[in-house]
Amino acid sequence: MNRRRIYSNWFMVPAMAIFTVFFLIPTVISLFFSLTVWNFDSFTFCGLDNFKTFFSDESLYSSIINTMIYAILTCVLKLVLAFFLAVFLTSKIKTKNFLRSVVFFPNLISTVAVGITFSALMHPTKGLINQVITTFGGTSVDWLGNTDIALYSVILTDVWKGVGVATVIFIAGMQSIDKTFYEAAAIDGASAWQRLKAITVPLSRPAMNSVIILSFIGGLRTFDLIWAMTGGGPGYATEVMASTVYKQYAAGYYGLSTAGNVIMFALIALMAFPLQKFLLSKEVD
Amino acid sequence: MKKRRFWYLFGDIIGLFIAFIIFIVPFIFMLVNSLKERKDANLLSISWPDALRWENFIEVFQANDYQIVTAFKNSFILVIGSVILLIITGSMCGYIIQRRSDKVTGVVNALIMTGLMVPAAILPTIWVLQRIYLYKTITGMILIEVALNLPFTIMLYRGFMNSIPLELEEAGYIDGCSRWKLYSKIIFPLLKPVTSTVIVIKAVTVFNDFTNPLYFLPGSENATVQLTLYNFMGQFESSYNLLFADVILITIPMLILFIFFNKRIVDGMVAGAVKG
Repeated sequence: MNRRRIYSNWFMVPAMAIFTVFFLIPTVISLFFSLTVWNFDSFTFCGLDNFKTFFSDESLYSSIINTMIYAILTCVLKLVLAFFLAVFLTSKIKTKNFLRSVVFFPNLISTVAVGITFSALMHPTKGLINQVITTFGGTSVDWLGNTDIALYSVILTDVWKGVGVATVIFIAGMQSIDKTFYEAAAIDGASAWQRLKAITVPLSRPAMNSVIILSFIGGLRTFDLIWAMTGGGPGYATEVMASTVYKQYAAGYYGLSTAGNVIMFALIALMAFPLQKFLLSKEVD
Repeated sequence: MKKRRFWYLFGDIIGLFIAFIIFIVPFIFMLVNSLKERKDANLLSISWPDALRWENFIEVFQANDYQIVTAFKNSFILVIGSVILLIITGSMCGYIIQRRSDKVTGVVNALIMTGLMVPAAILPTIWVLQRIYLYKTITGMILIEVALNLPFTIMLYRGFMNSIPLELEEAGYIDGCSRWKLYSKIIFPLLKPVTSTVIVIKAVTVFNDFTNPLYFLPGSENATVQLTLYNFMGQFESSYNLLFADVILITIPMLILFIFFNKRIVDGMVAGAVKG
């Protein structure tokens, strides 16, 4: 049978047309506009000035650092928490289906709604979290107002919302592990911890890689949670790349904003692609 | 054996307790505060309201000249338009990519998969939208959502096509089916399970999208549900009861979807993650 005749390339045209016009073309021309000072009607070429500004201005530069902290921390926390949650939720406890749903559900609600709720819970004087801390004799913490803590408060909220997806990915991975491995190990007298280390960890590697890549990229692109909780503040303590792109746009610095976007591409290309290559190469053996 | 059963019971109790504190308390918090009087809600406590004030919800509906009604209408148009287009274009493209593996489909596949990682270039996209007169229109917004969600959709369809045997198409081809009929009468009905996954997951994603409408669909008459919520945040800063009533209004559709399609959603997310 002639494959070329049955499967026409024309079938890909609608998808590719939309994808090209609304994603590929903007991505390519962003490389050009990041080298200009422009509004939507005209532009002046200015070489690498936008990028120089980005790396010399402290508030802009710190957004790059914050993005990395955010991506790495959310990724690590989700990975570790989700792994142990998945081990717990694949055991023989009775309420596991209910608990899986409970852990997963926050992922479906709007990020803005989550942001609003957690800002209220983290309120410096009235917030529920501080109420609990002070009842137990601790001192209340200004979760979102303290420049040293604010970023980490948002990170924790992100983990709260996103750990469910990572958990279900791990659960799917762990359920596909052959049960006989565990039985054999148990007969040989391996402890629960040894079985976890020698069987569960290596055999849920594909799931682990998906979780790492997904949450790392998600972390690099984060915007709405930051925007709903702190708006980048206090000062620029929680400013990330995506919020800088928005702020520079709102302030009318379109060139800087586009340059910020290009730096985001570069971060993803320089960090996520090699990370994925590395993880996949580990998966083979 | 008895000892082990005790530990599982212990695990159940600890699990329920921690899940309650960490995952359920925030929802109770939203709910009770959405039903309080303004003064009580502003205390941000989790106590049960003295009297249930359902009027809060009516007040949210009436705010800003029934803006939330317009917003729900906009969001639904956006969701329905994007999901229909995604299904049609995504299934056709995923079908061909999986069936024909040559240079062209290889390039197409590689390009589309970059879309899974690379974020959208915001301002150049606005520039393109302005050039074709689609900026600040629902049509433009639908096309953007389709472009940004195509990679995931195509990946799901491509993965599912693996499990559909070639024989059906061969038989259809020999019987003289046209290419379009092969796809629309034979393949597309077989893709039903993955299509329903795409519908649910993409409806949730598009409905919850805040960033893209913020950039590409500004203007109060165009506001989507997420944007009204964001606007309320500034406007109702001192009336948390209304703010949380709005939060609840937005969360309930998702809760209903989740109750009915729990397995679909979870399976779809896992399939997308593992194959990517």
